[in-house]
Amino acid sequence: MELCDLSALELVQLLRARKVSAVEVLEATLERIGQVDGRAGSLDSGPLTEEDKGKVHAFITLTDERALEQARAVDSKLAAGEDPGPLAGVPFTVKDIFCVKDIFCVKGTPSTAASRILANFTAPYTATPVARMEAAGGVMVGKVNLDEFTYGSSNESSAFQPSPRNPWNTGHVPGGSSGGSAASVAAGEGVLSLGTDTAGSIRQPASFCGVVGVKPTYGRVSRYGLIAFASSLDCPGPLARDVRGAALMLQTIAGLDPRDSTTANVPVEDYLAALEKGVKGMRIGLSPDYFRIVTPTPDGDFQEHPLPAEIEAPVRRAADLLRQMGAEIVEDVPMPNTRYGIPAYFVISRVEAASNLHRYDGVKYGYRTPQRVNDLRVMYKKSRAEGFGLQPKLRILMGMYVSAAQYSEQYYQRALRVRSMIRRDFDVAFDPNGPYRLDALLTPTTPTTSFEMDAVYGDSVLMQYADQLTVPSNHAGVPGVSLPAGLDSTGLPIGIQLLGPDYAEANLLRIGRAYEQATQDDDWRKVLPKVLR
Amino acid sequence: MSDAITPEIFAHLVDLAALELSPEEAEYLRRQLNNQLKAIHELEAIPLDEALPVAARGVPYTTAISQLPRKDEWKPTEKPEEIFQQAPQFDDGYIIVPDIPTTKLD
Repeated sequence: MELCDLSALELVQLLRARKVSAVEVLEATLERIGQVDGRAGSLDSGPLTEEDKGKVHAFITLTDERALEQARAVDSKLAAGEDPGPLAGVPFTVKDIFCVKDIFCVKGTPSTAASRILANFTAPYTATPVARMEAAGGVMVGKVNLDEFTYGSSNESSAFQPSPRNPWNTGHVPGGSSGGSAASVAAGEGVLSLGTDTAGSIRQPASFCGVVGVKPTYGRVSRYGLIAFASSLDCPGPLARDVRGAALMLQTIAGLDPRDSTTANVPVEDYLAALEKGVKGMRIGLSPDYFRIVTPTPDGDFQEHPLPAEIEAPVRRAADLLRQMGAEIVEDVPMPNTRYGIPAYFVISRVEAASNLHRYDGVKYGYRTPQRVNDLRVMYKKSRAEGFGLQPKLRILMGMYVSAAQYSEQYYQRALRVRSMIRRDFDVAFDPNGPYRLDALLTPTTPTTSFEMDAVYGDSVLMQYADQLTVPSNHAGVPGVSLPAGLDSTGLPIGIQLLGPDYAEANLLRIGRAYEQATQDDDWRKVLPKVLR
Repeated sequence: MSDAITPEIFAHLVDLAALELSPEEAEYLRRQLNNQLKAIHELEAIPLDEALPVAARGVPYTTAISQLPRKDEWKPTEKPEEIFQQAPQFDDGYIIVPDIPTTKLD
């Protein structure tokens, strides 16, 4: 095991004890990137080679010079006896949907959103969560790939190819949209990663890549400097190798930000201190509505099935383990509006996406068509036509349609009411005076494990249903955590999910930590992703 | 079932969205939109209480946890050139664009 394979907390402890230096940790990480990542995503990548098919391709931009400056600064502080910060020397990656200012002016750090339309954009400021991680001593090693503007669940829609591949099997997708984030953490190319979750975009790739992913409560982590998708749903959050790393990172990035008025004025708990308290007396629910899934059929119908047994088994086992540790498992919690999560999301997220994408017009920043045109409106159209890929175009068009005056009542207003119903399911489940009084709901994270490259991409309906078990909590705004919980018969990771009431991240992490400890000697935990074998 | 989004409606949407599409893109995108609408139609089967409020977001914001509006204070940008230099065409303090079409009113 190399330094870059340790968890964040272990690294911080080694650094503080002066057993390793931040520069050594960074060098191990950069060496790993050199071994497994292959060529970085780019706009003009040419055809995929056989070698490409065996690599991870997590990165769009490697910021190794910036990282070296930061690592040296941490080592200087340690040498001078100063406090280097809670994330001192921990290498992390950033989903390339966050603006990062190129403070060291070394070779340019674009903020691309994995889109041609922003490929040349250099942000004049840094997103709050990134700034907080760097201020805490974290070392940013690079910006990682994603679905274009986060629109997807596989990363295949990125304009920067080759798109990331799953470190457990490079013929499979890493999930998305924080696919580069999850892949980089799984492959030891970053100990932590900053992702975003709008319908499951942290938890689904975390599940597919066998890492921990946290979608915090809406408003818990600032969106300042995040390139917007659906502003009422977007949540920045951590991807980490274990629960302690996720807790450490969330501690750093959470909290009020005067630059994002939707960050809530709620004190940030001490997530690490709460971790080891165990689950005795906690009430953890299971819902039949999370043990059945909806699958779109090729002829446009929707079929309901039981969850695959392989996906359900780790959830049941986790419930048994938590019960043995003193939690009370509450069965049959009704969450009847779960199945409407995707249909409502198709409406709400598209309206917000279309609104947010109007700003890309080839005037103030980003891509402008090189064609000579004499009319401003023609310039808009050509710039947007050439700059956006298919997925942004699809979202803009749907957003325009369902919010048009004559359809708005039928679609958008109705979807917003359905969101109230989804929220109500969670309110009833978590009501401390209600019939269930849950501290958390335990569910699978995804309906399947990672699918093969090219198997789903192109079918936008099937792709969206990959998020069916994660999206309800985005509608409701409540926090969720995905935890690795085993491997399927083909050796791909399976995830389980914990959902909790608003601002209950500490409890979810605490349950996650108890589960992690109860399974630490499991055989599957000893298996490494294929790219590391 | 016939397509809810006909080629005519689709062409109107493309124009509103300030896009231009190749015939292949248009065919793919229109088919995907109609497929997505089939999923969205599930919402129509849900009996909705008229009194049910719309939720602009999931988490409720009470006065206690909401931020006060910040003061309306002017803060100069330190290096405006860092912002201007992002413009695809910039000259002598102006962002340059092609002609803005105008119509003469009688």
